[in-house]
Amino acid sequence: MGEEVKLFRSWSSPFALRIVWALEIKGIEYEAVFEDLSNKSPLLLQYNPVHKKVPILVHNGRPIAESFVILEYIDETWKQVPLLPKDPYERAMARFWAKFCEDKVLTSIWSAFIKQGKEQEEALVAAAENLKFLEKEMKGKKFFGGERIGYVDLVLGWLANLVSIFEEIIGLKIVDEEKFPLLYSWMQDFAEAPIIRDNWPPRDKMIVKFQALLDAAIASSSSSSSSSK
Amino acid sequence: MEEHLPDKSPMLLQYNPVHKKIPVLVHKGKPLAESLVIIEYIDEVWKHNPLLPQDPYHRAKARFWAKFADEKCVPAMFRAFSKVGEEQVQAAKELRENLKTLESALEGKQYFGGETIGFLDIAVGWIGCWARMNEEVAGVNMIDAEMIPLLSLWFQKFLELPIIQECLPPQDKLLAHNKEFHKMLMMAAALT
Repeated sequence: MGEEVKLFRSWSSPFALRIVWALEIKGIEYEAVFEDLSNKSPLLLQYNPVHKKVPILVHNGRPIAESFVILEYIDETWKQVPLLPKDPYERAMARFWAKFCEDKVLTSIWSAFIKQGKEQEEALVAAAENLKFLEKEMKGKKFFGGERIGYVDLVLGWLANLVSIFEEIIGLKIVDEEKFPLLYSWMQDFAEAPIIRDNWPPRDKMIVKFQALLDAAIASSSSSSSSSK
Repeated sequence: MEEHLPDKSPMLLQYNPVHKKIPVLVHKGKPLAESLVIIEYIDEVWKHNPLLPQDPYHRAKARFWAKFADEKCVPAMFRAFSKVGEEQVQAAKELRENLKTLESALEGKQYFGGETIGFLDIAVGWIGCWARMNEEVAGVNMIDAEMIPLLSLWFQKFLELPIIQECLPPQDKLLAHNKEFHKMLMMAAALT
């Protein structure tokens, strides 16, 4: 049927990785187009003029951007191995938790990594509050999707890889195994699951990348701290 | 069920412990929060008058633009309302530019949903109402009719629909409320 599926991604984008996982879990053949985000291709800019970001899924020439939107599109178009539950209430809860993971968990953990001093302390407190909700949600389940990986697992999946990288760089614990045993255990199970484990970006490259981001953030905050609040 | 937000009911806190906000839909005793999540749930449970299109690609476009409005238009609009000086000027500029981008999603149609309103109209329609009222209160231009003639027209048509009219809060009460809120924000801004 001449299905053409292309995924514009970068080597390290955790958002694009969600789509890699979704396509591979469903066994969909696709072509990966790796972008250098410091030098975006004309095609990327044409396919995602609004945000100019990855991931972009191009299906039979039609582009879709924003990882959550792409995940839902994939689930609606290729119905094998469903990512979202069937029941409308369960689907709504999955969407609710996905949004929570993105708006609250990701934001607070990123701040805990990139900020310093008081801002970092506050971010760590916020992150712990948010993780408590996830820990509660994990009760009685192996994955957020239940017995097998689902939509919320894919959305939160970055946690299973990036948190240990962040912790190594800043020398602080973000997801404490004692405080969040179920979440910690999910992180291990998810990271080592088939398909997931085959697609993590190289750890040493990630450490270099995020250390550089942190160094740049520290440098820019100290140069502007002459006019402190 | 009406909530008085400075004084949240125990039921609200029980039904939405994570965010403690409205809206919360409770269907057969089961609560749901987050407005776009609720709208999709409603569309899946009550299948008449569908809000989202049938085709996955068009559904994806509607979701994309709803997310764009929520992430790029709404925060800029709130900043244009609550900030002063240069911050306010920048926020209003960002809002107008992002509304221009949103306008492209109309693709020459009457409504985002086509001939009739759909998911995206419902997701973003309130922005027109809020901006129109509050650009006066905050003294900053939010809806530039020259810059966004098609979106301007759409806001108007949307707000004039009988079914929308029925649901709008009493406008005089809302204006008074927003004026009070703005006063509070200005006082807080003066203190920092």
